[in-house]
Amino acid sequence: MRLFVNGQAHVLTVGGPRAEVDVTDTLAHTLRETLGLTGTKVSCDHGACGCCTVLVDGEAMLSCMMLTVECDGRSIVTVEGLADPETGALDPLQQSFVDHTAFQCGYCTPGILMSAKALLISNPQPSLDEVCEALSGNFCRCITHYHVLEAVNAVIEDAAGGGDAGATQPTAGAPTQPVPDGATRSAAAQESRPSS
Amino acid sequence: MSQEYRYIGKPTERKDARDIVTGRSAYLGDLAVPNMLHARALRSPHPHALITAVDTTRAAALPGVKAVMTHADVPDWRAGNPRYLRVLDPTVRYVGDAVALVAAMSEAVAAEALDLIDVTYELLPAVFGIDEALAPGAAQLYADSPGNILRPGTRWFGPDCLTGLAMGDVEAGFAEADVVVEGEVSYEGLPNPLPPESPGVIAHWQEPSSVTLWLSTQGAAQEKMILHHAFGRTVEVRTIGGACGGSYGSKFMSVQLILQATALSRATGRPVRLRLTKEEHLAAFALRIGSRVRAKVGMCRDGRLTAVSGEWLVDTGHYSLTTQAQVAVGCGEAQLALRCSNWDLRTTVVCTNRAASGIVRGFGGQELKACLLPLLSRAMERLDIDPLDFLMRNYVKPGDGYFWRDGHRYVYRGSDYTPAMEAGAQAFGWSEKWKGWLKPTSTTGSLRTGVGVGVHGNVDIGESNSEAWVRLDGEGRATIYSPASEHGTGQPSNLCKMVAEVLQLPLDRVSMTPADTAVTPFDMGPVGSRGTWAMGSASILAAEDARRQLLDLASASLGVPADELDTRDGRVFLKRDPDVAISWVAAMGLERTIMGTGRFEPDFTLANCMMTFVEVRVDTETGRVELLKVVNATDAGQIIDPPGLENQLNGCLGSAGIDTALFEETVLDRSTGQVLNANMVDYKWRTFAELPDMRNVVLETPVRSHRFQAIGVGEVATAPGPAAVFMAVSNAIGVHLSEYPVTPARILAAVAMSPRSASADSAPSAPAPTEDPA
Repeated sequence: MRLFVNGQAHVLTVGGPRAEVDVTDTLAHTLRETLGLTGTKVSCDHGACGCCTVLVDGEAMLSCMMLTVECDGRSIVTVEGLADPETGALDPLQQSFVDHTAFQCGYCTPGILMSAKALLISNPQPSLDEVCEALSGNFCRCITHYHVLEAVNAVIEDAAGGGDAGATQPTAGAPTQPVPDGATRSAAAQESRPSS
Repeated sequence: MSQEYRYIGKPTERKDARDIVTGRSAYLGDLAVPNMLHARALRSPHPHALITAVDTTRAAALPGVKAVMTHADVPDWRAGNPRYLRVLDPTVRYVGDAVALVAAMSEAVAAEALDLIDVTYELLPAVFGIDEALAPGAAQLYADSPGNILRPGTRWFGPDCLTGLAMGDVEAGFAEADVVVEGEVSYEGLPNPLPPESPGVIAHWQEPSSVTLWLSTQGAAQEKMILHHAFGRTVEVRTIGGACGGSYGSKFMSVQLILQATALSRATGRPVRLRLTKEEHLAAFALRIGSRVRAKVGMCRDGRLTAVSGEWLVDTGHYSLTTQAQVAVGCGEAQLALRCSNWDLRTTVVCTNRAASGIVRGFGGQELKACLLPLLSRAMERLDIDPLDFLMRNYVKPGDGYFWRDGHRYVYRGSDYTPAMEAGAQAFGWSEKWKGWLKPTSTTGSLRTGVGVGVHGNVDIGESNSEAWVRLDGEGRATIYSPASEHGTGQPSNLCKMVAEVLQLPLDRVSMTPADTAVTPFDMGPVGSRGTWAMGSASILAAEDARRQLLDLASASLGVPADELDTRDGRVFLKRDPDVAISWVAAMGLERTIMGTGRFEPDFTLANCMMTFVEVRVDTETGRVELLKVVNATDAGQIIDPPGLENQLNGCLGSAGIDTALFEETVLDRSTGQVLNANMVDYKWRTFAELPDMRNVVLETPVRSHRFQAIGVGEVATAPGPAAVFMAVSNAIGVHLSEYPVTPARILAAVAMSPRSASADSAPSAPAPTEDPA
C-alpha cells in the first residue's frame, strides 16, 4: 500500500509475517512505531480524547481509530508536517502557540494543533464558538484551553488582514455559553497590581 | 518592579516551546532503548482474593514471550507506608491488582500472553467504603493493620508528624461561641487526576545490582530516593526524567510499576517498558483520597472561629504511599485558612478494596477543606456572616503561628493576603452577587444562579531540600544542573530565567541538563508550589556563586578588585567604565569551567494563598449545574512568567480540581469493587465547548523569599474551588449539601426534599445541624 505522509510517499507491505503493516495496525501505530513519527501522541487509544488527531486528506481524523489499511493512497499530515519543509519556518498556528504559551505539559498539543489546522483549512474565519466546537474533542487536563483560544484567534485575525479586530472579533457565545475572556482577564490582572 | 528586570516578570518563550509544537518533545512513549521488551500486567477481576495457583505454562510458550512472573518469582522489594506494596503479592486487594507480569517482543504479544495465564483464586470478603471498613467484623486487608486502620504519621516528616490537631480547650471554645453547628460532609467521589500521558517506565537492570530508569516524572531525584528504600537499599538507582505528559503529583505513585519493570528487566537481562493503558490508568492507578469530616464547630457573631472538634476520615484504598503525609499537610493547611485557638480534630486513615489514593495537587488540604468549609457555612448562615468576610478575617496574618506537618510551630512572616482577596472580590463582583446565605443571586424560571468562595494556602512552598549547580563555560554559556523535568508548569524555563537574570546572559545561552541523577545533585522537584522559592533559591545561589568565581578570576586578569566588576552578555566589565571589558573566556582561560553550587533548606515560615470565587447556574428542573464564572485571586510576590502563571491558575478546573465538585468522579460499584467508568467517554472531563469565564487577579507584593521576592502558587490552584462550588450550588438551591459531586440526582433530591422556605435542617443525607443555646 501507499501512504503519503507529510508530502513523502511510503510504500508499505501489508499482511504476512514480515510485513511493515499488519491489517490490525492503527494509523497511529504505523505513524509512531513503523515510520518513527512520534509527534503524534496516543493517550486513550479509543477515540475519546483527540490526542492522536492527524489530517487525512485535509480533514481531522483520530489516528487511533483508523486502520492503516484504510489509508491506502491517502494523504496524511502530522504535527511534524506543519512547518515549512524547506525553510523550517513554523506554521502560523505553531508560531502562535509558541507566542501565547498555548501548552503546559504539551502532550495534547499536537492533537490540538491538528484539530485547529483542520478547522482553519475548511473555515478560515471561524467564530469563537466554532473554534470551541472544533476543539471540543481534544482533552487537555492542564487547562490550557484559554491560551489555545487566544493563539488560534490571533491566527484568525492575522489571516483576516492585520488585526482589524472589529471585523474579525469572535462572536460571543449564546447567553447560556459564557465565553472565555482573554483580553479582559489580562487587563484585570494588570490593573490589580500595585503601581509602586 | 518587573520593569527593572530583563526577564523576570516578562513573557518569554518557554525553552521547550518549539519542541512541543513540532512534535519533537520526547515523552516516555517516544523513547526506544535498544533491545527493549514490552510488558503488561494481568489484573485481578476480584476485589479481594488469595491467589492459590497460577499456571504460566501456556503464556511462557507463546512465541515472543521472554518472561512471565508471578508473586513466587519476584524479589521482595516493598514500598508504601507501611511497606505493604510489593512487586506482586499473593493476595489481590482490588479489582485491577496485578497478578502476573509478562515481558515480550511487543505490547500486543504481551497482551495476548495475559489471556494464557490460568489463575485460581480463593475469594475473600471485601470492603468498599469507610463505614464498611471500620465496622466490627469487617474483612481485613492487612494482618498488621487491625480494623483496616493504617499507622498514623510518616517518618518522612519526623517523629512529631502531625496526625491531627489538638490544641486549646474546645469545650471552652464552644461555650464562648454564639452558635455551635454539627454535621458531616463527604468528598468521596475519588476523582482521577488523569494526566493525558498514562503512567509508565523503562527499566534497564545491570548486574549485579544497579538499574537505570527512564521515568515520566517531575522529580527524578525524589523518585531515586523513594526507590532506594523500596529496593531495600541494595540497588544502585539512576533515574532519568524527560518531558512529562502531565502528573499533577500522581506520577510519583508509579513506584509499583517501576518495581515491576525492574523485576522483569532483571529476569530477562533486557530493558523493559511497562506502560498503563488508559483503562488501567483509570481503574488501577492513583485517585484522590476519599475524605469525610464529622465535626462540630463553634463561631461568634464577629466571625471568630472558637472551636473545631471532630474526626477526619480518610479512605486511601488498598495502600498508602503518602496518605498520612497528606493528612499532616491538610491539618497544617487548615490552620492557615482558619485561625482558631481550640482544635480537636482526630484523623483515621482507612484501607479499602479499591485502587489506591495518593498524591494529587491539593495534597490533603483540598480534601479536608472541601468538607470543613460546608460545615462552617452552616454556622455562618446562622449568624448571617458573609463568607468572604469570614475567610478574609481568618486567613493567616503576619505574626500568626501554626503547627506545620512536622508537628513544630512556626510563625508566619509572609504577606497579608487581604488586598488580594479584596481585589478578587472586586473583579468577581462579590458584593453585587452575594445575596445572603441560601439565597440565589438570580432566578429565572427554573434557573437559579448562586455564588461561592473558597480559600487555600500552603507552606510547602518552602518544603524539603533543593540543590542546583550552575556551570559557566568560557564561550559565555550557563548550564543548570537539576533533576527537575518539565511537566507543564514551565519551572525549568523559569529557573533558566532566574539564572539568566543573575548572570545577565541572553536567555538562549542558559540551559538545563537532562534530568539525570547520574549527573545532577538532589532536588525534590517541582511539587507543592515549591519550584519558585525552593528550587529558585538553589539555582539563584548557584548562579551567584558561579558569578563570584568568575569575577574573582577576572579580577586577577584585570588587576582590579572583584567588587568593581560586573558581567553582562558573556563579558566582564569595570562598573565605573564599562568599555573596559573582557570576555568570559579571557577571564576564565581556555581550559576551565566554573561550577557554582546552591542549596535551599526547608523553611516553613511563608505560605501562599489562593482565593477562588465561582458563580454557578442550577436548573432546578433537570438538576444540571453549569459553572459560569471563576475568579482566582492571589499574590505571587513577583510574577516570574506571566503566561505560565496564568496557565497554572486556569488549571484550577482540571486535574481533579474544581470539576470534582461538579461532575468528576470514579464510579465504583460498591458491591463488586468494579470501576464502572474506566474510559474517557464515561469518565467526564471539561471540553473547549464548556469553558466558564475565567479571570486571574495576581498582586505582586514583594515577599522575603529570594532576590526576586517571589513565591509559587501553581499547585494550590485546584484546592479552593470545590468548596466554593459547593457553596454556590447550596446558595442557588437554598439547601446545604453534604455530598460531592453535585450530580443532577443529588440536586433534584435536595430540591425535592427541601422547599425554598425550609431551613438547613432538612439538608438531605446530613445530620441536622444543631444549635447550642450557649
